[in-house]
Amino acid sequence: MDAMTLLTVFVLAVFVGFEVVSKVSSTLHTPLMSGANAIHGIILVGAIIVAGQAEDALVLVIALIAVLLSTVNLVGGFVVTDRMLTMFSGRKQTTSKETAK
Amino acid sequence: MILLSPEWAALLYLAAAVCFILALKGLGAPKTARRGNLIGALGALIAVVTVFLSSRVDNLPWIIATIVVGSAIAAPVSRRVKMTQMPQLVALFNGVGGGAAALVALLELSHVASIGSSLAVAFTVLVGAVSFSGSGITFAKLQELMPTRPITFPGQPIVMALVLLGALVAGGFVVATGSLAAVVILLVLGLVAGVLLVLPVGGADVPIVISLLNAFTGLTVAASGLVLGNVLLLVAGTLVGASGTILTRAMAQAMGRSVGGIIFGAFKGGSTAGSTAVSDRPVRSSSAEDVAILLGYAQRVIVVPGYGLAVAQAQHTMAELAQALEAKGIEVIYGIHPVAGRMPGHMNVLLAEANVPYEVLEEMDEVNPKFKTADVALVVGANDVVNPAAKTSPGSPIYGMPILDVAAARQVVFLKRSMRPGFAGIENELLYEPQTTLLFGDAKDTLGKVLSAVKAL
Repeated sequence: MDAMTLLTVFVLAVFVGFEVVSKVSSTLHTPLMSGANAIHGIILVGAIIVAGQAEDALVLVIALIAVLLSTVNLVGGFVVTDRMLTMFSGRKQTTSKETAK
Repeated sequence: MILLSPEWAALLYLAAAVCFILALKGLGAPKTARRGNLIGALGALIAVVTVFLSSRVDNLPWIIATIVVGSAIAAPVSRRVKMTQMPQLVALFNGVGGGAAALVALLELSHVASIGSSLAVAFTVLVGAVSFSGSGITFAKLQELMPTRPITFPGQPIVMALVLLGALVAGGFVVATGSLAAVVILLVLGLVAGVLLVLPVGGADVPIVISLLNAFTGLTVAASGLVLGNVLLLVAGTLVGASGTILTRAMAQAMGRSVGGIIFGAFKGGSTAGSTAVSDRPVRSSSAEDVAILLGYAQRVIVVPGYGLAVAQAQHTMAELAQALEAKGIEVIYGIHPVAGRMPGHMNVLLAEANVPYEVLEEMDEVNPKFKTADVALVVGANDVVNPAAKTSPGSPIYGMPILDVAAARQVVFLKRSMRPGFAGIENELLYEPQTTLLFGDAKDTLGKVLSAVKAL
């Protein structure tokens, strides 16, 4: 893909990124940060590409380390964010119970 | 195995990118947050399956085995970690992501064709290494493996400037020659720079730094996307970089700080930052029974929970005490500081875990005017967020941070483990005020005693 197209994509993505998180209440800052943190674990795709093209052992080992690290980032990130958010929804159930009493 | 044409792969990557945008959007509102996160995970799954089906992937068994091992490490840890330790886990995940991006870029150096790509390689290696080591230090600070107060040494700004200058030179060599030695030097300098960047950051500001490093890692992923010519990495990384920057600013504002002030504050602030001297001035400490009487004859009690409550796992006892007081017709509300706990919103998560109803949790701006009419402010394991030094002493590391006005309440009761200062490492004048009573001990223990004394009233 040529440089201008990539630049266009980059600039548009910057604006989308700014736009989607503006005006978020401070209560949700932690899950939002954690979710964004999980998303950059998608570097796993890059690590797989590099490991898949590795021809000597050293390159493969380093690439596999990258695969390992990014998997931890990706999987751990989404799981821990989900756990945080389960607690928020648990709260709503309790609240409805309280009002039912 | 190439089952998908480049067009199909591009379409699926586009779908994954849309998922990530929807995920960030969803995470911004309480109702949609959980679904948003799941949509993000779905996007990641689509992307990973697509890469396997659309490009030549040798060493397949090795790669699959590594992914399985990585998942087997990460999932149980994330599921079992105590909610109090969650901030450092997020820091750790962020660091390994940055490290992975740096390694990917390092390996791609031999394949780069244009100056733009080699610039992107140099950027990714440097910033990825900064994120990796910086996150490591934030992890150590939050886990209290090392002192949480700002650490500075003479000449630190000069060392930092030299390291950055060295990195610039090494980066120049990488772009000009594509030399492997230069890129390894760049990696090492990045690691050193990350350590130097985070060491001088004071304990209470660490969450903001995690968010900043999170944005850094996002940018490195975007740059790796440029190197590999992969649009999904570019979009996902840029999204995280941009939203992370906004989020960092929002967090800093919630604490009344500027991002620049946090990173360079310890250099400017000088000697006042982080005195850990424990004063031997007299304080008024009392028994659980006395506190129970104070609470039992109050009309309005405002509870200010802090990290100490969470560490002692005292949320449930606290909730029981609140119920016992409410049964006596006493109004109990919780005043939640934006950074109560260790991260913005952390305390809300912890109290939600203890089934404290949402309605009685009030944010700082809501609750502050109510302290004037409160009979007792019960501060459980919080310190920095109620420290008047944030208003009165300009030299203090927390100066300018908005605080909960507990001093306005008729009586202030502190439940503390000891006279040890809070996470920011500074003393709290409020402890020595005449309206203040202290009750020492583990929060769960002492709350339990207060609870039975209240019931006996």
